[in-house]
Amino acid sequence: MIAHLVSQTTGGAAKCTISPGGVSVSGLCQQAASLHINVEYRSILPVLALTIGGLALLALSAVLPKRSRRWLYPVLTVVVGAVTLGLSIWQWYNVPPAKQGIDIGGQVFFDHFSVLFSMLIAVAVILSAIASASYLQRERLDGVEAYVLMLMSATGAVLMAEAATLIMLFLGLEIMSIALYVMAAYHRRRTQSGEAGLKYFLLGSFSSALFLYGIALVYGATGSVSLAIIRDYLSLNILANPGILLAGLALLIVGLGFKVGAVPFHFWTPDVYQGSPTPFTGYMAAVAKAAGFAGLLRITVGAFTYQQTDWRPIIWIISVLSMVVGSVLAIASKDLKRMLAYSSISQAGYVLVGVQAGTATGTSAALFYLFTYTFIVIGSFAVVDVVQGVGEGRPGIGAIRGLSRRHPGLAAAMLVLLLAQAGVPFTSGFIGKFYVIQASVQQGQYYLAVIAMVAAAAAAFFYLRLALLMYSAPGDGSVEGDLGVFSAGLEPVASLDGGRATAVAVLEAPPTEAVYVPASITLVLLITVGFTVVAGLTPFTIDFAKAATTLL
Amino acid sequence: MKTTGIPLLNIIVFLPLAGAIVCMLPFWSSWSRTSGPDHEPTLVRNVGLAFALVELGFVAYLVADFPGGAAGFQFISSHSWIGTFGIRWALGVDGISLFLVAMTALLFPVAMFGPKLRGNGRSFMGWMLLLEAACMATFLSLDVFVFFIMFEITLVPGYFVVAGWGGARRNYAAMKFFIYTFAGSAFLFVAIIALVFLAAPHNGGHETFSLITLAKISSSLPHSDQVLIFCGFAIAFAVKIPLVPFHSWLPDTYTEAPTAGSMILAGILFKLGAYGLLRLGIYLVPRGAADMAPVMLTLAAVGIVYGSMITIMQKDLKRLVAYASIVDVAFIVLGFFAFSSQAATGGVLEMVNHGLTTGAIFFLVGIIWERRGTLRFSDLGGLQKSMPVFAAIFLAVVMSAVGLPGLNGFVGEFLVLAGTFLTHRWWAVVGTVAIITGAIYLLWAYQRVFQGRVLNPANENVRDITWREITAVTPLLIGIVFLGIYPKPFLDRVTPSVNYLLQRVEIAAPNAHVPASTTKLSVNVPDDQNVETPPTTVPAASSANQSGGAG
Repeated sequence: MIAHLVSQTTGGAAKCTISPGGVSVSGLCQQAASLHINVEYRSILPVLALTIGGLALLALSAVLPKRSRRWLYPVLTVVVGAVTLGLSIWQWYNVPPAKQGIDIGGQVFFDHFSVLFSMLIAVAVILSAIASASYLQRERLDGVEAYVLMLMSATGAVLMAEAATLIMLFLGLEIMSIALYVMAAYHRRRTQSGEAGLKYFLLGSFSSALFLYGIALVYGATGSVSLAIIRDYLSLNILANPGILLAGLALLIVGLGFKVGAVPFHFWTPDVYQGSPTPFTGYMAAVAKAAGFAGLLRITVGAFTYQQTDWRPIIWIISVLSMVVGSVLAIASKDLKRMLAYSSISQAGYVLVGVQAGTATGTSAALFYLFTYTFIVIGSFAVVDVVQGVGEGRPGIGAIRGLSRRHPGLAAAMLVLLLAQAGVPFTSGFIGKFYVIQASVQQGQYYLAVIAMVAAAAAAFFYLRLALLMYSAPGDGSVEGDLGVFSAGLEPVASLDGGRATAVAVLEAPPTEAVYVPASITLVLLITVGFTVVAGLTPFTIDFAKAATTLL
Repeated sequence: MKTTGIPLLNIIVFLPLAGAIVCMLPFWSSWSRTSGPDHEPTLVRNVGLAFALVELGFVAYLVADFPGGAAGFQFISSHSWIGTFGIRWALGVDGISLFLVAMTALLFPVAMFGPKLRGNGRSFMGWMLLLEAACMATFLSLDVFVFFIMFEITLVPGYFVVAGWGGARRNYAAMKFFIYTFAGSAFLFVAIIALVFLAAPHNGGHETFSLITLAKISSSLPHSDQVLIFCGFAIAFAVKIPLVPFHSWLPDTYTEAPTAGSMILAGILFKLGAYGLLRLGIYLVPRGAADMAPVMLTLAAVGIVYGSMITIMQKDLKRLVAYASIVDVAFIVLGFFAFSSQAATGGVLEMVNHGLTTGAIFFLVGIIWERRGTLRFSDLGGLQKSMPVFAAIFLAVVMSAVGLPGLNGFVGEFLVLAGTFLTHRWWAVVGTVAIITGAIYLLWAYQRVFQGRVLNPANENVRDITWREITAVTPLLIGIVFLGIYPKPFLDRVTPSVNYLLQRVEIAAPNAHVPASTTKLSVNVPDDQNVETPPTTVPAASSANQSGGAG
């Protein structure tokens, strides 16, 4: 059949022969050999698992009666995630030696880098599925759709990490994003959720368009969309007029910068994070960021490695802006999820510090940071989900007040996660910051390193403010009283009178009721906090991250 | 190098940590409700105190076992930790850190036992023991990475002690304390990593964070790099100490902290910074330290004068003591950067003195606060009549701070001033101001609080010091008197290490005005692997030039 097709397209060249099964192609039809693709299935096992899992879930839901088993779909999603994780781990130990890791007609990579991201995304799916279950049941939104969307977006994210061509990268980006748009708008009865979905969709499709235009320009300049060919072409040729190439590169960075929520492409982040259902926000923060950075690393450090002098200053600026603007705006925000959104912007800045180094160390630092941040952010949003209560009724940061009295274990877990985000030693967050800064200093970027650390000090303020609120209790005999506790965070100088007006506005009524923590959330927190502490004490994941720097 | 059969230093670091974990276990809360008056959680408090006392026992053994006259690190224990980065869990103690460790071990039980404790005793004990473990690890670490993370981690318990048990504006104070120090540490962090990377090519391409290895390599780094790295260190430690332009967090934090917190913050936490200046600043980058010494000396001199002036103007006793700390630390820095053996030894002694004295003063001030509920001079006065014993103890401690001969303060101040005069005459002259103004503000404070007629009826019947409080303050008083009368055991152990430090400066920077007479004092610099053997024959200029010019 193929032979027939080929002979037609090549004008009936007689010498063209294709053996049965398509193992080898010879003769004049070599030119059209791309029509025949040798599919190496083991290189795309995670994608297959996620896709088939998602479709199977859909099919199953059509067969089973509606609302048959409340825990069925999340458990199945966890199973799919676990299978993906298992396959990824198998892949990790069976990665082909370098230079042979491009499969399926040069469309996907099969290397440690892509496998590490498969693992990361599988972990994110597992944790988010567990964390979402109780939320969706509480909000009476449970059904199969959320989980299918989650698996679909994970498929896209893995595809982004595997992509060996810009077109595949774009495909992965779109598969992931479209599912995420729907997830953002998933809470039907909250207008904010719909608003978040619409905003994310409009701005996201705009950035996708920019990204696509970037691909077109890069293709125009180099004649290929394959990352490896682009790299080779640029290593051998010096463009007389690199304008088109650089414009294309800039557009690619803009498109991916949007996905990772880096300043100045961050404007959607707070609104979308705030409006989306809380566990989905955590998922989004983990997966979209990871996939975006996977693409960014492939493009900048991978394909455009010979253009470092061009893109490193750009990333430098974006990184500094993200860290500074994220930290400062987080201090000013009074909504819990919004604050964490700005915090995620500043965290993206730290990953960019690793990207900016442009070296293998920098790449592995960025990978380590992303891996540990996945756990931290999903855990944090799980806590936020619990303290916000039904219908996300307590959005303000006052919701977390007195948590140590209401649920000491939850407060302790949140404390660890907050300290990890602030980068306090003995948490994975510290090792992550240490690693990116190390990579940066290694490249002589002292100013960037100092700015990053000073921004971390500013960021420590709002993480600590949350810790303070959790561990302060009304009526413990201090002169400061209830409101002072809050204004101490917002308006440092005003202790008794000055901060009262603001404090009242934000803090309608201090929460006193006991917090109900479902067993599933407890499980998520045990995993995330456990990983955060263990990775901070014995950074075994660093070895994984170090091995996964094979970008091209 | 001295070793022991038991992992002594690891025990010293991990014992308080174990104590912290035990104290934070949840089951205490159900027991403590039924015990003690005023809901004071006595049981958990005693358990925490027991840990601190056992710790003190181990440290006492360490001090007794420490060989006099040895300059190198003793009791070294080293284990691989994060091999990827060349980070090791390495501990060791030398003459400089020995007495800081001893002071830490002494001050913590006093702070945990003495002041009346309100609120959640369980977590208070937990945080305090955690703080003790972190302080110990900072003083004992022989790996700059371990030093850094321990230096940082002290902020967390410090923050929670201030925020949880402090005064009216405690949240603001705690936050300010944390953010200031955290921001300062940014420079320390970058400087450490920069040093490690610049040193890596000289270490066969391997990154190492080992203090000893880095010290061997760092002298061959380019001059300008050393200066920049030193500046990074200096900024971080200047915030922590704090030196004058970076001091604005200090009065708030010291004032708002609970009594035990003030004792530890003032007594120990700032020593981490001062110790860091010695151990990281002068020891690791001697050339940078020598180049920046004029700046540090000037900042110290400014700190002495400026700090004295603000201290005199204070209207609140606790705030006065807090500002007085600024003067004391400036004095210590002056001693370090004079680069003479006497001054630096005096600086180390002053660190210990300040820990004992300020710890005692904050404790006594806390007692007044408990009794009277105010510390404003205008509300106090004539307390001597109703609390004579207390007044006597207070006066003894004040005299130590003022520098009365026979008490520890005199020895330290004398050594610093005499040593500074050898090398930096005019700075010593400015430093002398501290002696005079110290007497002014402290004695005037004493006068306003304890003497005169009782104008405020609330001051007529104030309960005198209790036996429990006397028990708490006695160890500090013994230390004050002992070091004042017989500082020889102290000096015997500190001086060799200090001399070794200064020799490094002299070798790295021959023009740093290290007086030749001081380094000749150095005895028994060991030839073991810990200490880079200095050139034994001193045809000073040529050999110094060679080793200095090697970089």
